[in-house]
Amino acid sequence: MLHTELHEVETAAELEKLISENENLMVCCGRMGPMCIPVYGVMEELEEECDNVKFAVMAFDSPEAGIIRNDEACRGFMGLPFTMYYKDGKVAKATSSIQNMQQVKGILDEHFCTSDVNA
Amino acid sequence: MEEVKDLIVVGGGAAGLTAGIYSSRARISTLILNEGAVGGQMVLTDEIANYPGVEKTNGYLLASTMKKQARDFGCKIKSNLKIKSYDLEGEIKKVALEDGREFKSRSVILAPGGSPRSLHLPGEERFKGSGISYCATCDGEFFTGKEVIVVGGGNSALEEAVTLTNHARKVNIVHQFDHFQAFQHAVDQAEMNPKIEFIMESELRSFSGNGVLQEVSLEHLPSGELTRKSIDGVFIFVGYKPNTADLKGIIELNEHDEILVDADMKTSLPGVFAAGDCIQKKYRQVTTAVADGTIASLSAADYLRS
Repeated sequence: MLHTELHEVETAAELEKLISENENLMVCCGRMGPMCIPVYGVMEELEEECDNVKFAVMAFDSPEAGIIRNDEACRGFMGLPFTMYYKDGKVAKATSSIQNMQQVKGILDEHFCTSDVNA
Repeated sequence: MEEVKDLIVVGGGAAGLTAGIYSSRARISTLILNEGAVGGQMVLTDEIANYPGVEKTNGYLLASTMKKQARDFGCKIKSNLKIKSYDLEGEIKKVALEDGREFKSRSVILAPGGSPRSLHLPGEERFKGSGISYCATCDGEFFTGKEVIVVGGGNSALEEAVTLTNHARKVNIVHQFDHFQAFQHAVDQAEMNPKIEFIMESELRSFSGNGVLQEVSLEHLPSGELTRKSIDGVFIFVGYKPNTADLKGIIELNEHDEILVDADMKTSLPGVFAAGDCIQKKYRQVTTAVADGTIASLSAADYLRS
């Protein structure tokens, strides 16, 4: 279990449902480790200001997280966390390892147009 | 009318959150401005078993509790922002953010903490997460059966190199000097490990690869000879630096860019205090940061009363 203030996805089926029901979805798949926790912090902060994006986390070591670990977009990834950005049911972007606020915001702005929506 | 807080705390790690808790509880209007995730280095600690009164916890939970305590006492916290400039000399202190916002207060506690050093080499950012890592515990398993380099010569580098031998086929430790700064027991552990080899008096110069890291260039410092080495991963542990770059020329720092303070955590400027990993001191622990934050908060309260 991940101790964050974000919604935690527990099953692959639940993730698929979230992907299908949310136009913009960001899921960080990691552990409670030094590279992952800062990304959760960024997401917790952004969750308060980005109404058009659904934010969630998933435990990397859960067998159910194979849906992310084995995603084609994560091929070659060698650093936690694996962070997925889904747009209209498809992977719009995936990143490996730690990301800061500026990097995450940049992706959200590029793929989810968050700067326009939340201006 | 523009609001002037009693106190702005720069930094939301153990020192900053403690200052926020003490000051807010004393009815001092307090705002914490934090550049990263709340909790600072503390959240990066997997297990904390030596925090008095707490049998065992992890850094994230301890930080979350501190954050909640501060907020419950009325402390405002703004995090994941970028500070552009400081104006700390007058009676009213000003902190400007890159997004254009400016905050004012009668006193300031600087607790920006420290951050891991990176090598700033060509290709480093590109291969982060695709062969370059800063955490063996997190990412070691991705290098099972592979050959990796560990850069550094301190305790973290040597201990993480030993940890990596649980996964990697071979671990090369690259260090710029002919000796290590680590404690002798850490050096002994590394030297006894048959999977570890040492490349001394050498530094990395660049990273390259097709999508993932495949090769590094190495310079042997005494001879200046450059060689290329095929490699699957590089783990970088070259220490921490205080986050005080923006404070140079504003307050007094030592040669390591640590803030100079007296026993009351006063800096060289009236009404400006400092606490935590950013100050000149020998030991850096959650407990020492908490103590610094407490003292800085009480000193700031004294200053505001006077």
